[in-house]
Amino acid sequence: MAGILIYSDKTPYALELVTAGQIVAKDLGLPLQAVSINDADQAVELGKRVEVYKIANDDINLADTAAVASALKQTAEQVSANIILLSSNRRGKEVAGRLAQSLQAGCLSDVNSFTINSGKIECSRNALGGATVAVQQIETANQVIAIMPKAFEKAPEGSGSLHELTVEVRPRIKVLEVKPKAGDSVDIEAADILVAVGQGLENQGDLAKVEAIAKALGGEVACSKPIATDKKWLSEERIIGLSGKKCKPSLAIVMGISGQVQFTVGIRDAKTIVAVNNDENADIMRMADYIMVADLEDVLPELIQALS
Amino acid sequence: MNIVVAMKQIPDLQQVRIRNRQPVFEDVPYTLGNIDKNALEAGVALKEALDAKLIVVSAGNEELEDTIKEALAAGADEAYLVIDDSLDNIASDTSATLIAAAIKKIDDVGIILFGEGSGDNYSGQVASRVAEILELPEVGYAKEIELNGQSLRVTRSLEESEELVEVELPTVITVVSEINEARIPAVTQILKAGKKPKEVVSPHELEIAIGSVQVTTLSNLAPETDRKQIVVKSVDELVKALTTEGLIGR
Ligand SMILES: Cc1cc2nc3c(=O)[nH]c(=O)nc-3n(C[C@H](O)[C@H](O)[C@H](O)COP(=O)(O)OP(=O)(O)OC[C@H]3O[C@@H](n4cnc5c(N)ncnc54)[C@H](O)[C@@H]3O)c2cc1C
Repeated sequence: MAGILIYSDKTPYALELVTAGQIVAKDLGLPLQAVSINDADQAVELGKRVEVYKIANDDINLADTAAVASALKQTAEQVSANIILLSSNRRGKEVAGRLAQSLQAGCLSDVNSFTINSGKIECSRNALGGATVAVQQIETANQVIAIMPKAFEKAPEGSGSLHELTVEVRPRIKVLEVKPKAGDSVDIEAADILVAVGQGLENQGDLAKVEAIAKALGGEVACSKPIATDKKWLSEERIIGLSGKKCKPSLAIVMGISGQVQFTVGIRDAKTIVAVNNDENADIMRMADYIMVADLEDVLPELIQALS
Repeated sequence: MNIVVAMKQIPDLQQVRIRNRQPVFEDVPYTLGNIDKNALEAGVALKEALDAKLIVVSAGNEELEDTIKEALAAGADEAYLVIDDSLDNIASDTSATLIAAAIKKIDDVGIILFGEGSGDNYSGQVASRVAEILELPEVGYAKEIELNGQSLRVTRSLEESEELVEVELPTVITVVSEINEARIPAVTQILKAGKKPKEVVSPHELEIAIGSVQVTTLSNLAPETDRKQIVVKSVDELVKALTTEGLIGR
């Protein structure tokens, strides 16, 4: 039994997985198939690109990881797939471990890229909180690989086909309510200039100054994790780092952020990094092109003035 | 009822230095994962509400007995530890097998808590693997846990939405760091916590044979960084430099 199966709860990520899957399929000479669960529109989109199996089953709620993992296992068995590619968003990561366990498969999550060497998929992922990049490969016949969103381009339309598939699961989670998170449609990964602030920003009121600087530069405001999750001053969409976004702007102005690896992993691909911090020994200083030891209280108004 | 919180012993990443792109672990002390500490704190809150016992479960090398004192000081009542020389830097599937086997030895487990990802590898597999082995439901990325009779109501934090779900006990839950602020025990509390009950077993006693390797690591290097490291003294100097580079004012 050999073949590749892709699945994501999110259609854009599923289309990215088609691209990743096509690379693996070509290099390993394996068939590529996709599955969609309770998402007819996604099945249609995938069906324009690959052979897709559509599952429609009211017992499967996407919040029920055991049910989704079981549905994927049954699909893999029915379509003879041994390499399962998932998206490494929260739902995908959660399913990955469970599916891997049930398939006795090795599993890698948060995979940023891969190359194929002597029949093995060599995956790169961040390790040690982001301090290093580990290149790892799965040795078991069954493999579960969860790939970071946006690591691959969405596959263009090509040829494909749509089939139906039935699976049986036992539901155990009841969803009572779904609330969208406060809408912030900003895409900091797409921004060419980022102005990022951290806990060195003492007053929430000073955010207006940070926004003014970003605006003057034609960039976006971003932040370290505590600013969004602890202080809730900005939306989680703006977090840079391991559990946030990985950004590659041409310019990142990083202010009042200490530069722990979980943050820097999200900004180390920036072309130019400016660090402003009142502690000359802050870790962020070591990875900056321009280092400015100063207090934000002074720098913010001066920057606004210099840029206007 | 017993509540289990599974925690991972990791090297203190703040103290890992990079030399020639290689991480250097010499003299780096062990600690517990940050999000694991949030899971522990969530366990303390549930234990008080349910009048339950909170047991910390972990697998690791012989340093673990010392490392786990912090969890005992921060509110765990007992520790159940799987310790062996070979359990250093163990893979997710091995961790899951050991933790699941340990949990099976504990009676009347209602809730099993994990952090959403470990502090070092952050691959987020172990909780899901344990849930699969124990055939339990799981609720990941919890930011709020509320008791509701024999079931829990959990608010999950996903990328674009929050989901309120209901799950019957026993269940596996993973938490996000936003769920609470984990307490930091004082050094004296940590010393005293050494006296709390601890059960130490070997993988052999759990009748677990560490299986063949599922994942191999080909390299693990810090990315190359080549930064200019120019110190600027004033905002004017900075703006001038960035303008000269064509980065701003285009
Ligand atoms: C599994 C895991 C995942 C994580 N993921 C992320 C992630 O994706 N993104 C992320 O950011 N973090 C993440 N973290 C948290 C991370 O470890 C750090 O705690 C966080 O990045 C610190 O944020 P900070 O730099 O804003 O705050 P601090 O570390 O508190 O730094 C504040 C900085 O501001 C400076 N400062 C203070 N006052 C002033 C002033 N007046 N003027 C100028 N400078 C000043 C200080 O010198 C200091 O350097 C994660 C942690 C874990 C365990």
